[in-house]
Amino acid sequence: MSTKYVVACDGSPASGRALKLAVEQAKINKASLLLVHVLEWSPYSFLTPEELEERHKRRAEEVKRAHTALIDPLLETVTAEGVSANAIIRYGHVTETLAQVAEQESASQMFIGRTGQSSLAKLVFGSVAAAMAQIAPVPCTIVP
Amino acid sequence: MQNKKLIAGVGAVGLGLLSTPVLASSVDETVNQIFASATGWFVNFIFSPFPGTSFPWIVAWLVVAATVFTLYFGFIQFRAFRHSISLVKGDYSDPNDAGEVSHFQALATALSGTVGLGNIAGVAVAVGIGGPGATFWMIMAGLMGMASKFTECTLGVKYRNEYADGTVSGGPMYYLTKGFAERGLPGGRFLAILFSIFCILGALGGGNMFQANQAHQQISGIVGDYPGWITGLIFALVVFAVIVGGLKSIARVTEKVVPFMGVMYVGAAIIILLLNADKIGWAFGQIFAGAFTGLGVAGGLVGALIQGFKRAAFSNEAGVGSAAIAHSAVRTKEPITEGFVSLLEPFIDTVVICTMTALVIIITGQLMVDPATGLYITEGGRIVTATGASGVGLTSAAFESAISWFPYVLAIAVILFAFSTMISWSYYGLKAWTYLFGEGKSKEVTFKVIFCIFVVIGAAANLGPVIDFSDAAIFAMAVVNIIGLYCLMPIVKRELNSYLERLKSGEIKKFK
Repeated sequence: MSTKYVVACDGSPASGRALKLAVEQAKINKASLLLVHVLEWSPYSFLTPEELEERHKRRAEEVKRAHTALIDPLLETVTAEGVSANAIIRYGHVTETLAQVAEQESASQMFIGRTGQSSLAKLVFGSVAAAMAQIAPVPCTIVP
Repeated sequence: MQNKKLIAGVGAVGLGLLSTPVLASSVDETVNQIFASATGWFVNFIFSPFPGTSFPWIVAWLVVAATVFTLYFGFIQFRAFRHSISLVKGDYSDPNDAGEVSHFQALATALSGTVGLGNIAGVAVAVGIGGPGATFWMIMAGLMGMASKFTECTLGVKYRNEYADGTVSGGPMYYLTKGFAERGLPGGRFLAILFSIFCILGALGGGNMFQANQAHQQISGIVGDYPGWITGLIFALVVFAVIVGGLKSIARVTEKVVPFMGVMYVGAAIIILLLNADKIGWAFGQIFAGAFTGLGVAGGLVGALIQGFKRAAFSNEAGVGSAAIAHSAVRTKEPITEGFVSLLEPFIDTVVICTMTALVIIITGQLMVDPATGLYITEGGRIVTATGASGVGLTSAAFESAISWFPYVLAIAVILFAFSTMISWSYYGLKAWTYLFGEGKSKEVTFKVIFCIFVVIGAAANLGPVIDFSDAAIFAMAVVNIIGLYCLMPIVKRELNSYLERLKSGEIKKFK
C-alpha cells in the first residue's frame, strides 16, 4: 500500500473525469486513492458578529453536507470498483491546500480536472488547474 | 442648490404624509424634558467631578484600572506585542481548524465596532478643547488601555457559553457569573444583570442614537439641511434588513469597506503629514509642551489630560466590556491568545488612528495661536479654529485644507463607520438582552425592532439629554465590568503564566 494518488473532487464533471482516470490508473498500479475536497476559505475575510457566533455550527453543517452530497457517494463508487479509497475535507485556498495534502500524505501522483472555460474571471483569478501546474509537489495529471 | 430644493421637496412631502410637524417637535421637547428630569441624576453622577476639582471620577476610574492591569501583568502590552501580531497572522493556528473563526476575523469584527466617530469627531473635540497636549494623554490612555482589553477579552473567551449546536455566547455577563462562582465570590449574578441593563442602554444610545445623529449631521452638512427622520428611516430600514431580515450581503459589504475606509483615512493623513514633513517636529513639540503646560488652554494641564483620557476611553472602549462580547467567538484552545490579539485593538484605534486625526488637525494649523504670546486663543472654553468648526467639522476642515475633495470621502467614511458601529452594538445589546430575558426568536426580534426604532429617534431629534444618558450608560458598563476584572484578574495571571511557560518550553508550537 505504498502508492497513493490524490484526486481533487469538487463535484464538477471535469473532476468526475479526473476521478475516473485515477481509478483506472489505480487498478493498474494497485494504488489507493485519497479524495480531497477543499472548501474555499480565508482566515483573513471579514465577518459580522453574528457570523462569528455561528461559524462553528455552520462549519459542521458544511462538512456534513460535503460528506453526504459529494464525498460519501464518490467513495462508494470507487470502492465498488475494487479500489481502496479514503477522503479528506479541508478548508483553505484550493490550490495551496491540495498541494499541502499531497505533500503531507506523501502521495505519488495527483489528478485534477480542468473545466476548460476561459472566462474573464479566470483571466483575473487564474484557474486551479493552471496554478496547480505551477506548484504541484508531485507529478500532476490535469484531466480535460 | 438644485439638490437642496429637491431634498426640501422630499422633506415637505414626507412631512405632509406625517402631517404632524408641529406635534413632532413638541413631542421632541416633551421627550427631552421627561428624559432630562428622569435621567439627569444618573448622568450627573457618572460624570461628576472629584470634590473641589473638575476631574470626573469615571475618567480616573478607567485610567486607574488600565494602570493597575498594566502593572499587574508586567507591561504585557509591550512584552506580548510581537507575539500578538504573529497570532493574528495565523502563525500559531492549527491548519485543521481552518474554516473556524480566526484571530484575525475576531479582531477585525471587534475593530469595526470601535473604529468610528470617536476617531474622527471625538479626537477633534478633545484637541479643540484640550489643545494638542490632549493627544499625548490620549496616546498614554490608549497604551494603558491595551492591558484592560487584554484582561477582559481573555475572560470573555474563558467563560463563554458553548451550546450544543455549536454557537457561542460570551462577554462580561458570563464571566461575572461563572468567574465569580468559580472564585467563590458573591454578587456575580447581580453585577451581570446590572451590566446587561447598562449594555442595552449603551447599545441603544451611544451605539445607535448617537451614531445615527452624527451620520445625519454629516449628510445634511453636505447636501443641505433636511429632516433627520428621513436619514433615520433609511438607516433603520437598512439596519432592519441586516439584523432582522438576515440580509448578510449588506453587512458583509460594510465589513469589507470599513477596513478599506480605515486604511484610506490613515493613508490620507500620512500624505498630509508628508506634505508638511517640516512641521512634524513642531507638531510633536506642541503635543509634548501642551501635555505638561496646557499652552494656555482652558484648564491647563488637567484640561488636556481629561479630554485626552475621556476621548481615548470613548473611542477604544477598553474596560467597557463590549469587546469581550465580540472576541469570544474565536476558535482557540487558549483563551489568553485572544487577550493577546485584542490588545492590538486600542493600539490601532487610539495610538494609530486617533493620533493621525490629531496630527492632521494640528499640522494644518486649524487651531489659532496668538502670535504675540504663542498661546492658543480660546473662547468659551474652546480653542478658536481657523474655520470656526468643531467636532467632525474640524476634522473635515483640516483634511480639506490639504485635499479639497476629501470631505466627501470623509462623509462616506463617517456614514459607514456609523453603520458598522450600529451593527456591532445591536449585537452587543442583543447578547445582554438574551442574557436577561432568555434566548428565543420572538424575544430577539423584539429587541431588534426596538433597536431600529431608536435609529429613527436618534437621527430625527437632537435629544441632548438622551445622548448624555447613553454616554453615561456606556461608562456605567465600565464601572461594573472593571469591578469584575479586579476580582478575576488572578485567573488571567494564572492563564498567562502557564501559557508563557509552555510557549518558552516549545509545547506551544508554530504551525507556520
